[in-house]
Amino acid sequence: MNEVWKRFRKDRIAVIGAVVVVAISLAALFAPLIVPYDPYEQFFDGLTLEGAPLPPDGEFWLGTDLLGRDQLSRLIYGARTSLIIGIAANATAVFIGTLFGATAGYVGGWVGTAIMRFTDLMMAFPALLLAIALSAILKPSLWIVVMVIALVNWVQTSRVMYTQTRALVEQEFIEAARALGAAWPRILLVHILPHLVPHILVWATLGISVTVLLEATLSFLGIGVQPPMPSWGGMIFESQSYFLSAPWLVFFPGISILLVALAFNVVGDGLRDALDPTQRGRE
Amino acid sequence: MLRFLAGRLLQSAFILLGVTIITFGLLFLIPADPVRMIAGRSATPETVESIRRQLGLDQPIPVQYARYLGNLVQGDMGRSYIQKARVSELIASRLPATLQLMAAAIFLQLLIGLPAGIFASTRRNRPLDKTVMLLSFVGISAPQFVVGLLLIYVFAYKLELFPLGGYGTIWHVVLPALTLGVTIAGWYSRMSRSSMIDVLRQDYIRTARAKGVPEYRVVLVHALRNAILPIIAMIGIDIGLYAQGIVVVEAVFGWPGIGQLAWLAIQRLDIPIIMGVTLVAAVGIVLGNLLADIATSLIDPRVRHS
Repeated sequence: MNEVWKRFRKDRIAVIGAVVVVAISLAALFAPLIVPYDPYEQFFDGLTLEGAPLPPDGEFWLGTDLLGRDQLSRLIYGARTSLIIGIAANATAVFIGTLFGATAGYVGGWVGTAIMRFTDLMMAFPALLLAIALSAILKPSLWIVVMVIALVNWVQTSRVMYTQTRALVEQEFIEAARALGAAWPRILLVHILPHLVPHILVWATLGISVTVLLEATLSFLGIGVQPPMPSWGGMIFESQSYFLSAPWLVFFPGISILLVALAFNVVGDGLRDALDPTQRGRE
Repeated sequence: MLRFLAGRLLQSAFILLGVTIITFGLLFLIPADPVRMIAGRSATPETVESIRRQLGLDQPIPVQYARYLGNLVQGDMGRSYIQKARVSELIASRLPATLQLMAAAIFLQLLIGLPAGIFASTRRNRPLDKTVMLLSFVGISAPQFVVGLLLIYVFAYKLELFPLGGYGTIWHVVLPALTLGVTIAGWYSRMSRSSMIDVLRQDYIRTARAKGVPEYRVVLVHALRNAILPIIAMIGIDIGLYAQGIVVVEAVFGWPGIGQLAWLAIQRLDIPIIMGVTLVAAVGIVLGNLLADIATSLIDPRVRHS
């Protein structure tokens, strides 16, 4: 682990990404303490006399939205929505993917084939469209969105874990464990799972950028978390018709989504290089 | 080769069958009663009952599925709840616009991604490589709707170089295609870089260099010829990325393709249209994968026997 940390530390971009992740997580965690205003309050002086949103100024640092709410406060609360959904959905997806992939890889036979054929099937399903269909059918709430995103995102992890487990099963120490009479759940948990941990860690990080983007996209299409709960994609959805005259309403939430997705991507990439130095600089 | 083809075709057919089972199953999750959606609120119980019978919704589920599949095979995907038009006709009339946008996007994505990846591979682990790789992550991490809106703001609204949205001339396609192109180019630059790195370390490249072939020829002729094939095959596998992108980009730019059709259907909970577009996208993904497999096996005969 020390070795890994040493290698990770040398990757300057990944370290900057990690700092961004920590900073945004802290902001989301302590949102009530650091927001300048109540994110739900519609300020009387938050709109111009004609009822237009205010551009960034000294009072409302990042301007106000169409209802006269403080955008900075909504952005900070939006980080909560984005991170809760991104992390919970990805954790669920990685769990399902590891369970399916490792089981299929170890058990093999017709059960393994059936699981992997199902994975192939889910690969053929356009994730966003499936998510759209699911959230159009189920009434979207925070946890429904988490579930929907997890349901369409476990596939890739499953493929990776399957390939890794197949390679492990061939090795002698698994053969030895089997010869000693260990039952298969024990082999899977005690002998195989520890070797999958690096891959799980990498996907647990990289995957968050995918789930954060998917949440933002669903909210932008109006089928993610519902107003008045602030979410970055939803903030852009709400102000879309107005954005030519109030571009800050798209710009700031947009930059926030990009920043979070980018940070998780570079950290995941750095982690992959640090955990497996033989692959360094390759894909 | 024939055996390989037959096997792949059969596999694709099974996957498509599975896809129809899932879309059919999803229809049962809908809390809203489709009969009510069609009949309207003021319908009498008799009308509701007769529509239910007409739709075959009083039959057992396996019979309903067989009917659903039979209809699909004949190209019948039901009717829109709201527009009452056939879903298949709505999709068919909008598919050309989507294909146009996709073709333009693939062109731009290769135009940006390939040179960036090749360039990075020749400067491996140097500052230029790191910069290109970081930029590729920016492309991958950028939400397409934000990229689209910003492009509209800068190039259509401020600079007035392109129309704000819509469809018609070649100028209309530039910004939506660029939105898809720059975001997906992120993946392609990473892929072409790693593909090039794999090729550049092979013996025949060393031979070429030893013979005194100029470096630009080694990279652009000797190596690229082999490195580009897996990248071209990836386009087939990546149809899924486009299936996601077109919904967002067509919604932002008002591009009259099947993505916009799906987006409009979301607002009105027009389930048959959402399902229809999902099915068409799934068929596209399966076909893309099939073509990629065939292309790869033509290029590299080893694939056929593994």
